[in-house]
Amino acid sequence: MPNDVMIEAADLAKRYGETQALAGVDFSVPGGSILGLLGPNGAGKTTAVRILTTLARPDAGRATVAGVDVALHPAEVRRHIGVAAQDATLDGLLTGRQNLVLTGELSGMSRTASRRRAAGLLAQFELTDASDRVLKGYSGGMRRRLDLAAAMMTRPPVLFLDEPTTGLDPVSRQRVWAAVRELTADGVTVLLTTQYLDEADALADRIVVIDHGRVIANGTPQELKEASRSARLEVTLAAPYPGAAEAIGSLTAGPVRLSDDGRRLSAGVDSAPGLATSVVRALDAAGVLVDNVEVRQPSLDDVFFSLTGDHLGPEDDHPGNGAAGHEGARPEMEGAGA
Amino acid sequence: MTTTTLRRSPAGTGVPGKLSAALLGRLRNVWGMTRRNLVHISREPMQLSDVTIQPVLFTVLFVYIFGGGIPIPHGSYKDFALAGLLALNLVTSTMGTAVGLSTDLHGGIIDRFRALPMWQAAVLVGRSFADLMTSCICALIVAVTGLAVGWRPDAGVVSVIGGFALVLFFAYSLSWIAACVGLNSKSPESAASFGFIVLFPLAFVSNAMVPTQHMPGWLQAVADWNPVSAVTAGARQLWGNPNPSAAIHAWPMQHPVEAGLLWSALILAIAAPLASYFFRRRMTE
Repeated sequence: MPNDVMIEAADLAKRYGETQALAGVDFSVPGGSILGLLGPNGAGKTTAVRILTTLARPDAGRATVAGVDVALHPAEVRRHIGVAAQDATLDGLLTGRQNLVLTGELSGMSRTASRRRAAGLLAQFELTDASDRVLKGYSGGMRRRLDLAAAMMTRPPVLFLDEPTTGLDPVSRQRVWAAVRELTADGVTVLLTTQYLDEADALADRIVVIDHGRVIANGTPQELKEASRSARLEVTLAAPYPGAAEAIGSLTAGPVRLSDDGRRLSAGVDSAPGLATSVVRALDAAGVLVDNVEVRQPSLDDVFFSLTGDHLGPEDDHPGNGAAGHEGARPEMEGAGA
Repeated sequence: MTTTTLRRSPAGTGVPGKLSAALLGRLRNVWGMTRRNLVHISREPMQLSDVTIQPVLFTVLFVYIFGGGIPIPHGSYKDFALAGLLALNLVTSTMGTAVGLSTDLHGGIIDRFRALPMWQAAVLVGRSFADLMTSCICALIVAVTGLAVGWRPDAGVVSVIGGFALVLFFAYSLSWIAACVGLNSKSPESAASFGFIVLFPLAFVSNAMVPTQHMPGWLQAVADWNPVSAVTAGARQLWGNPNPSAAIHAWPMQHPVEAGLLWSALILAIAAPLASYFFRRRMTE
């Protein structure tokens, strides 16, 4: 099964009322790999996941999971997938264990098999101590881990994780990351959406960046970084100096930005050998005292910025999306989470 | 590894015959959902107050406070009232179906169920079964409270059980109307208003708590054809309790058991397919 395409989206389009959530999206995920679906709020990530997990029907285009068409055979697709959705989709009045056993039994597993699998997952996600507590008393991190465990109950070959670490503390994030890595070691195919570039960088074999319902970049994390050639120059001066920006103007690839206190200069530069030395010499020649010079390789954040002209982050309100912070919400749910 | 687990699924090969396997799978899904809803009740017992505390309260209220002012020909008010109290409590408690379904649909949990390889309608059927079970608990509490205040049926065991079954069947059919309401409501709160706007008038404009003979003519006609009156009179007849409605010439009052069964079957035949249509529509995105 590895190397076969396990998830495929071809020209997917979906409109919710006035909002064109997806406007023709293509990507494919080979078996046993992790695809990071990246984009700002309202980009269409959740809509893509909803279509691939049979929750929404595409207006146009075709999607297959494990080779099965999601629109034509949704019931068959559901046998092959596990889903950890963005909203809390577990039952707040059941215990952690009851949630997992219910998921297993509803999926057709026997009671005994469900119980055994639930116990194993609870241990794996370090939830054994809390397993017989009602979910209402769980922290956000515990809920996300249980969500992930529920998605894995039937050992599905394809997993969809919609922003699995949003709102988690760093320790919980690391735990989720470790769990996801373990999955691919077992040959599971994962599609995860995220707003965190470091998450995509750390986990994904390939990254698809979408914005306004379209794919704007597609490649490995390394390829995306290389595509954005420019590095960033950051200089800290000992004291503000009026001619400093002009002094390094010939070395930079764009305008030099000056911080409010006049001590920090930053600019895009083309990577070149000995660039830092040239900068220090130029400033020294102008009589400027330099505290620090740094030439930073592009981060995925820079790549993303150059692609979308937008920063990532949950606090960003993306234009063109009325429901703040809740992308792809169904019309009747709009405003519920705002 | 994956396939071993999946082979156990409803369409698996464990049971001979594809149809019976699919049916078995569906039944297991329904039972799973029913159990889930029953666990909910055990977690929040106050949710059940309308089927536990309310019956006791209503029984005491009607028998001791209003009962003295309502003369019943050929019998005592408490013997008359109990069938009415059973109907009143069961009818108003069907509101729980509307609220419960609405809550499920407005939470994220419905998305989990929808992405599982399960019979989706089990969400609906499991809810109605769980509510039928709480209705049975309600009926038991009404019976015990009734016996405590001096209600005595005057009929055979089978006939008495038949009286309870008649009202329970009616409440079950009503719960499918409640399901339609829950499936179309904007919020659990608006689903709850269904109880006050529809269920209370339905329960009270009937012979449940007072004989209809004292109502104004037009209202009496409504009350005598109200299905609640039919099942209440039917239960009184089956329990051998005073049933003043037997003197009324309207067909349902002359044949209350048949009328009660017909009403329930009719409501079920219309509301259940309608609910399943609304459910499917809600599940389409």
